Amino acid sequence: MHIELTRRPHRSTAMALASPLLAIALTLVTGIVMFTLIGVDPGKALYVYFVEPLTAAWSIEQLLIKAAPMILIAIGLAFCFRSNTWNIGAEGQLVAGAIVGSVLPIMVPDWTGPLVLPLMMIMGIAGGMAFAAIPALLKIRFGTNEILTSLMLVYVAELLLDLLARGPWRNPEGLNFPDSRPFSDGQLLPVIFGDGVRLNIVFVLVAVAVAWFVLGRTITGFQISVLGQAPRAGAFAGFSRKRMILIAFLISGGMAGLAGIAEVAGPIGMLRTTVSPGYGFTAIIVAFLGRLQPVGMLLAGLLLALTFLGGEGAQFELGLSDQTTRVFQGMLLFYVLACDTFIFYRPRIVRSRTAGATAATEPGHGSS
Amino acid sequence: MDLLEGAFLTIVTAAAPLLIAALGELVSERSGVLNLGLEGMMAMGAVAGFATAHLTGNPAIGVLASIAAGAATAALFGFLTLVLVANQVASGLALTLFGLGLSALIGDAFVSLPGQGMPVVYIPFLSDLPVIGRVVFGQDWLVYVAVALTFGVAWFLFRTRGGLILRSVGDNHTSAHALGYSVIRVRFMAVLFGGACAGLAGGYLSLVYTPQWTQNMTAGRGWIALALVVFATWLPWRVAAGALLFGAVSILQLHAQAFGIPLPSQFLSMLPYLTTIIVLVLISRSSVLLRANTPAALAQPFVPDR
Repeated sequence: MHIELTRRPHRSTAMALASPLLAIALTLVTGIVMFTLIGVDPGKALYVYFVEPLTAAWSIEQLLIKAAPMILIAIGLAFCFRSNTWNIGAEGQLVAGAIVGSVLPIMVPDWTGPLVLPLMMIMGIAGGMAFAAIPALLKIRFGTNEILTSLMLVYVAELLLDLLARGPWRNPEGLNFPDSRPFSDGQLLPVIFGDGVRLNIVFVLVAVAVAWFVLGRTITGFQISVLGQAPRAGAFAGFSRKRMILIAFLISGGMAGLAGIAEVAGPIGMLRTTVSPGYGFTAIIVAFLGRLQPVGMLLAGLLLALTFLGGEGAQFELGLSDQTTRVFQGMLLFYVLACDTFIFYRPRIVRSRTAGATAATEPGHGSS
Repeated sequence: MDLLEGAFLTIVTAAAPLLIAALGELVSERSGVLNLGLEGMMAMGAVAGFATAHLTGNPAIGVLASIAAGAATAALFGFLTLVLVANQVASGLALTLFGLGLSALIGDAFVSLPGQGMPVVYIPFLSDLPVIGRVVFGQDWLVYVAVALTFGVAWFLFRTRGGLILRSVGDNHTSAHALGYSVIRVRFMAVLFGGACAGLAGGYLSLVYTPQWTQNMTAGRGWIALALVVFATWLPWRVAAGALLFGAVSILQLHAQAFGIPLPSQFLSMLPYLTTIIVLVLISRSSVLLRANTPAALAQPFVPDR
């Protein structure tokens, strides 16, 4: 028995909407099987994972706090992935943004004027952009594979952060912990509602709106899609692939840098040896689950934040490893990618023919 | 002399897992499939090998479990990208995230347990030769496997009919299909081989290199192995040379402090990653080398027309 695909004459709109939902459903079903196998009551586990975080005000705040960086990064990544450019080093660009953005609060801790926070944000964005420019320029100038270089730079950024937090930027009054001095009040993003939801939630909403406009309503957005889906057509239309690679990397790097500085000048409040539980990687899942559409990514970011939060609850209440969350996230991406196939193809399950018949299958006129 | 000999020994042991993983990926890419999930498959191999060796007390069974775990995760990738023609880059990333997560979940029970070391194979008399004796003839037997694998892959790809078919599938799947070869079957087998190799490389890490299990113990080696394949322009012998180079770089960081090089350890830890980037840039400048050997259908989806 095997699966045969036939190309649909048109892209299936119904399937495009159903695919993320189907993927979520399949992830939940697999989750039930997984929990049953390791001897945890699946009903209780799923409740702890996906429902309980939504039942208390503080955990809904936590949800927004965790979703914000992932949505910001995913929106940037959408520009890359739509143009068929593969920036998978957003985690490193996040770290670079956190480092560069922290220069002011660490070097001049007493400066708390109204200018310092905007400057920090701009420096964070610039840091992320500069770090993303490395793989982009190497790709443009030398044709170096951007997947590998952008990923290698994640390790470089993390080691640099480790070096700074343990070495020159360590808090002199900090009892030898590998942390910087805590940022002063004027150097932290203001809380705009509840106990901890900060200004970066506004950044997210603005980013979603701007991305929706740029991707869907401007010539740049059109060029990105054309170059991603039909590079030859784009070349004939005079769109520059190289320029687009640079733009896509700068946008995604800048967004990741903003997410990074918003983390250290927000929930964390200082520079530490680690500033992200892998938001830059999880944002890749957010981007795909949200179908590279701004509003879709907003929803997907909230769902992925839920898995982070549910994971913490499951660790505490059920004694499950925090790694369960990463398994869930990886599984979700698998299912999304699998379900996306059915947007363009109609599956047909074919009963296995006898071995001899299979071997003698006449070779069709292949064209793909 | 002892220091030099020790350094050579560790270079070879550091190079072996990179070599094994990269050879598997090379075969997969030669068939036209780019599997970025190397890191995830290695992590699964590492945890399966360690756990099995610990439970059975037999590291040889652990090695087999590593291979099986790598191949099983690769089968998942193969189903997704070959049967369901999902995007290979995204699926590979998914495999990495999934493999790292699942391996850490499984490995939770095995953290900080003592591992089962593998015996070193001393070839009588030859291993007593000065300087090269230990390096060439007194290694873990997986090092010999890596060497044999290099010969085997080079022979298979360029000296056998099967290798010719595999390369033709990777260069032009439409023509290969028209000639009657099952593109998907050939690619699936290549992906499984790649997974088995990655699993073995992971098992090498947790059973031989540092006989223990720690989360994320692959530490980017899967990605370096991926870069090695590009660096080697898809030729097995160059993979071996590249693996030794990277082995040397990663050992350099360990020995640099012993030699008294006054650099923070973090800079030294960056070396393998920075070297990878520099080497990739150098190799991508010489387009002649790349164009001659890059599988033309690499990462392109194939749906058979009937």
